Amino acid sequence: MISLAGRDIAHSWSKFVLTGIGLGLLIGVTLTMAGVYRGMVDDAHALLNNSGADLWVVQKDTQGPYAESSSIKDDVVRSVRGMPGVAQAANVTYFTMQVQGADGDDTRAMVVGIESGQSGEPGYLVAGRQITRGHYEAVADVKTGFALGERIRIRRHDYTVVGLTQRMVSSGGDPMVFIALKDAQEAQFLKDNDAIQNDRTRTANNPAFNRPGVPGLLDAVQALQSSSRSVNAVLVQLAPGFEAEQVAEPIRRWKHLQVFTRAGMEEILVAKLIATSAKQIGMFLVILAIVSAAIVAFIIYTMTLGKIREIAVLKLIGTRNITIASMILQQALGLGLIGFIVGKVAATVWAPVFPKFVLLLTQDAFTGLIVTLVICALASTLAIRTALKVDPAAAIG
Amino acid sequence: MKQHPVLLRRIGIGAIAISLVAALAFVALRTGPLAPVKVTVTSVQEGKLKPAIFGIGTVEARRSWMVGPTVAGRVLSVRVDVGDTVKAGQLLAEMDPVDLDQRLAALDAALARASSTQAAAQAQVADATARRELAAINAKRNQDLAAQNFISAGALEGRLQEKASADAALQAAQANLSGTAQDINRQKAERAALQQQRGNVRLLAPADGVVTSRDAEAGSTVVAGQPVLRLIDPASLWVRMRVDQGRSAGLAPGLKASIVLRSQPRTPMPGQVARVEMLADAVTEERIAQIAFAAASSSAAAPAVAASVGELAEVELQLPETASALLLPNASIQRLQGKTGVWRLSEGRPAFVSVRLGVSSLDGRVQVLEGLKAGDSVVVYSQKALTEGARVQVVETLVKGATP
Repeated sequence: MISLAGRDIAHSWSKFVLTGIGLGLLIGVTLTMAGVYRGMVDDAHALLNNSGADLWVVQKDTQGPYAESSSIKDDVVRSVRGMPGVAQAANVTYFTMQVQGADGDDTRAMVVGIESGQSGEPGYLVAGRQITRGHYEAVADVKTGFALGERIRIRRHDYTVVGLTQRMVSSGGDPMVFIALKDAQEAQFLKDNDAIQNDRTRTANNPAFNRPGVPGLLDAVQALQSSSRSVNAVLVQLAPGFEAEQVAEPIRRWKHLQVFTRAGMEEILVAKLIATSAKQIGMFLVILAIVSAAIVAFIIYTMTLGKIREIAVLKLIGTRNITIASMILQQALGLGLIGFIVGKVAATVWAPVFPKFVLLLTQDAFTGLIVTLVICALASTLAIRTALKVDPAAAIG
Repeated sequence: MKQHPVLLRRIGIGAIAISLVAALAFVALRTGPLAPVKVTVTSVQEGKLKPAIFGIGTVEARRSWMVGPTVAGRVLSVRVDVGDTVKAGQLLAEMDPVDLDQRLAALDAALARASSTQAAAQAQVADATARRELAAINAKRNQDLAAQNFISAGALEGRLQEKASADAALQAAQANLSGTAQDINRQKAERAALQQQRGNVRLLAPADGVVTSRDAEAGSTVVAGQPVLRLIDPASLWVRMRVDQGRSAGLAPGLKASIVLRSQPRTPMPGQVARVEMLADAVTEERIAQIAFAAASSSAAAPAVAASVGELAEVELQLPETASALLLPNASIQRLQGKTGVWRLSEGRPAFVSVRLGVSSLDGRVQVLEGLKAGDSVVVYSQKALTEGARVQVVETLVKGATP
């Protein structure tokens, strides 16, 4: 028994391989698109994992700190620390802004204000060290492109990059820059010098604040205006043996704050924050999959049509239908397999080049493989139908 | 000859198939869950730490004065401007004395009148003295006569009464005289008081210093206590440093400091902790200490430090070297489920070990008091968060060009 499929492929192997590679690139694009979607969801999860929190305490009636802005006073953390079941609580601020590197180029980054040694701190580094000084040091994600020892500028202060970390991104995929909480509070609410001067003059011109009989009032009012004592959220770690909801409920009830558990936060991030863009990608993925399937089907169909004369000859010499059908099916599956391998390799090779994270899951790859083979098999039935219907007389012309 | 193309073709197909499978295998092993996590490791070693305290602060003057009137009034003239160096006692500004000079003239007149009154009282005393002497002589004579019974007892009593009256009149005159003297004293005191008030409207420099602000101009009205001028002693500049309470262990007067001014980031200046305030800031959770410039104390005459009041400064305080202990970089310290520990490599697999930490230094090294022994291999950097028993691959560095 000779392998008809193998013989045929060996006959025009370069054409077969080139077709497989072309198909593979198409499958690679589809896999990458799935990776982009997965990466998006994973960015949201990475944000939650990196914060290291079990509960998020935010401003009442807001869905902060990631989806909405939330502002609470920085001494709230003390009353939260006193609640039952709270092992650790730490202030944190999040602020997306342009950070200027040493060469003067802007990088979009999420500036995170952390208390060192508390949750919120980057969990692992790839170079350098954690922040040790209370001011003007930063740990940056490698995606920002900053190097160790580089002086970066956030608002009016220069910060030294002392550590690098990886996969610390916001839900939008912006890399994070960690700085000390007090610096971050200042950076978040600090206005530029002109604005401050204008405000001072405005206050000084207000007769209510600048009364001749009350020396010192103006200074006090102006000092009050320029200070900031707010943070975006309090990250809470649970003590062993406590359920998240069990700890969250008293804080909601008695401290008049909104508290999210991990599940609630995931719901906000995945189902609300990135819902539209994820659907957008998902829609595109579906269309791309359909188009890919159609192209695979057409390729196999035209490949068969190109061999219609040879098939007629086979029929003429009395080859059984099942042999011809299995030849076409084997070729289709082989093409699918080559395409899948090329696609998987290509996707893996070009995934790191993408500016945002592309997550290629093994389970996605398996699904892709099965779908590819199924589509190839289905497409081959079309070709088989045509091949079986061909008149043996066509061989003679 | 006919076999060759087929053979070549087969070899070609085989090579392509093998390369495809190899690429797939490579991809599967390099990414995804099968790939090992790249880590770098360090071995725990003994060493000494030089811990330090880092804080930021602003330059302030230890001695500053607000010069202003003690009563409300109008500014007559301001003699100095911002930046002027002034000596102790120098006239800086003058308040409008309003009617003080006229009141002084009135008091002068009253004093002159009091002197006249005193002269009159003296004359009265002389008169009374003369009358008393006459009455005394008369009384003496009549006593002698009465002793020889030349005159009646009644006549003697009349003379004695005259003498007593003259005595009383003299006393009255003398009292009157001392009264006028006291009156003069009172007038003098009142004049001196007014003179003081007159002097008080002249605002003098309380000490040597530099004018830092001129808050009122001639003609403006100021209330009592409102400053017209502000002075500082430029030799008394120091840094009011705020340091996070959690990182302030060891903060004490006398510690050596290195001060970096915002205006001169390349030249650290030596200094010393002059004072640690007893009151910490409860809201910002910071402690406050004053750092004196070392140069300022040696040459107190000139403003040795070219710093402006209110300028931002970074301060690093050197604490004494610790005893020898096990040291680790702080990047290796992880927090897992509320526990502080490190990933120790045992037989190529990471295992989480709880540790107790001691002091840390600003360069990112931290003492390990318990949980590890010297020579243990500990993960410093990792590509992603590690889990117990994960497959790891030890590499030299994770980021190109980054040397810790």
